[in-house]
Amino acid sequence: MSQFTSGSLTGKNLHLAFGSNKVLRGIDIHVEKGTAASVIGPSGSGKSTLLRVMNRLIEPDQGDILLDGRSVLKDNPDELRRRIGMVFQQFNLFPHKSVGENVAFALRKLRKLPKDQAWAEALDQLDKVGLKHKAGVRPATLSGGQQQRVAIARALAMKPEVMFFDEATSALDPELVKGVLALMSDLASDGMTMVVVTHEMGFSRNVSNQVVFMDGGVVVENGSPDQLFTEPKTERLQKFLSDVL
Amino acid sequence: MDAWSRLADTFLNWGYIAEVLPTMFSYGLLNTIVLALASGLIGTFLGIVLALMGISRNPVARWVARIYTDIFRGLPAVLVILVIGLGFGPLLNELTGIRSPYPLGIAALSLMAAAYIGEIFRSGIQSVDKGQLEASRALGFGYGPSMRMIVVPQGIRRVLPALMNQFIALIKESSLVFTLGLMSRERELFQIGQDFAANNGNQSPLVAAAIFYLALTIPLTHLVNYIDNRLRTGKEQKHEPDEAAAVIGKGAHA
Ligand SMILES: Nc1ncnc2c1ncn2[C@@H]1O[C@H](COP(=O)(O)OP(=O)(O)O)[C@@H](O)[C@H]1O
Ligand SMILES: [Mg+2]
Repeated sequence: MSQFTSGSLTGKNLHLAFGSNKVLRGIDIHVEKGTAASVIGPSGSGKSTLLRVMNRLIEPDQGDILLDGRSVLKDNPDELRRRIGMVFQQFNLFPHKSVGENVAFALRKLRKLPKDQAWAEALDQLDKVGLKHKAGVRPATLSGGQQQRVAIARALAMKPEVMFFDEATSALDPELVKGVLALMSDLASDGMTMVVVTHEMGFSRNVSNQVVFMDGGVVVENGSPDQLFTEPKTERLQKFLSDVL
Repeated sequence: MDAWSRLADTFLNWGYIAEVLPTMFSYGLLNTIVLALASGLIGTFLGIVLALMGISRNPVARWVARIYTDIFRGLPAVLVILVIGLGFGPLLNELTGIRSPYPLGIAALSLMAAAYIGEIFRSGIQSVDKGQLEASRALGFGYGPSMRMIVVPQGIRRVLPALMNQFIALIKESSLVFTLGLMSRERELFQIGQDFAANNGNQSPLVAAAIFYLALTIPLTHLVNYIDNRLRTGKEQKHEPDEAAAVIGKGAHA
């Protein structure tokens, strides 16, 4: 049974250009409710941009985005983003707020919870990532791995239906990667719908249900981890895998 | 009298210094502080407005802020004070009966301070990592609330030292209102020193004024350095027992 009220996510024929640089050239992606899709591909292939377009941090030039089968392009984008949690490579915690306040802040301001209830929920979320005892300190005093777990708690506190991870472990010291990956695996097995941009091929292969290989702003291959990792059909994916593995 | 004692008498005649001190204490000091503080506060308020215009998505707002800043940073302070003080003085007098040069002097100082403070705030706000805005918007805050609650407070915090320097500059520049002609009780530190010096043909009263200025500005300069260090290193955090334990643990593993 899923712990989350997660939904499916679909991107249809998404296009985006920065000026003359066509970064997304007709992306189709579908992530089934309660499953995890990992997005892999060389640097500059448009993975981060795809995530930002799907939560409308950047508006697509063309195409459609569906959450639980319903187009969200006409919705208020701020409200859409409350339904999609996002975790960044650089954590992006608010350095001037305590760890607890980083999580509680949006609960008060956006979910309009009373102060003590927001704090209690924040502590609850922090407890789930093992950092309740750090609620009172500033993020800068935490290790990178701890900061990323706080960032995950901050996103989860909004009770999102989908979670995005953009190279969530790339900025971490090697010994801290495992803890964050374990947390992401737990989320996946608890039934969160996830889109995970990652260079961690172990996660992609063993945890995600679906792998999307992007290159040059298009989806080159898309399928089960077994299909992509054991029988890559295209030369581009074969080359990519031999470079990273 | 030899040269040395003549110089000593010119600059450090204790009799003249003693004579000017009561006047400086009774209103000169206060007037200087009023001028600097009032224009500092108004300048800060206008500066925030200018900074927000400067980073606005509206190109007209950006242009207005740009032109304003270029003009007021590019003019000598004494010129702005004279033009505004003398130029608008008669009108202010007709409309309100006010003869004091203070309102217009403060206005001129504020307008100039705003240009500098606006640039300080703008650079502070723009130096905040782009990821902060992105993270806030990803949580579901709009652009405006994200700027107001997340980005701008961080930007302001980081420019507090530069802001303090601006206030120190205002303490010094407040002396320029003398060019508008000050009545007896309106005189601030510099004008009082200048009057006593002229009446007595001796520079010691100006030295007294200098000491007052330094008594204001030197502690503030050091306060700036203190804040700067504090912001750079972060205030000392109390380490929790388990962190201390972790450090000890690391040592044991090393
Ligand atoms: N905000 C932006 N403005 C202009 N170009 C951008 C911006 N963000 C990304 N790009 C460009 O889009 C392309 C894809 O970038 P990105 O989505 O970050 O790739 P990836 O995450 O796969 O490494 C790159 O060429 C990059 O320079
Ligand atoms: Mg990227």
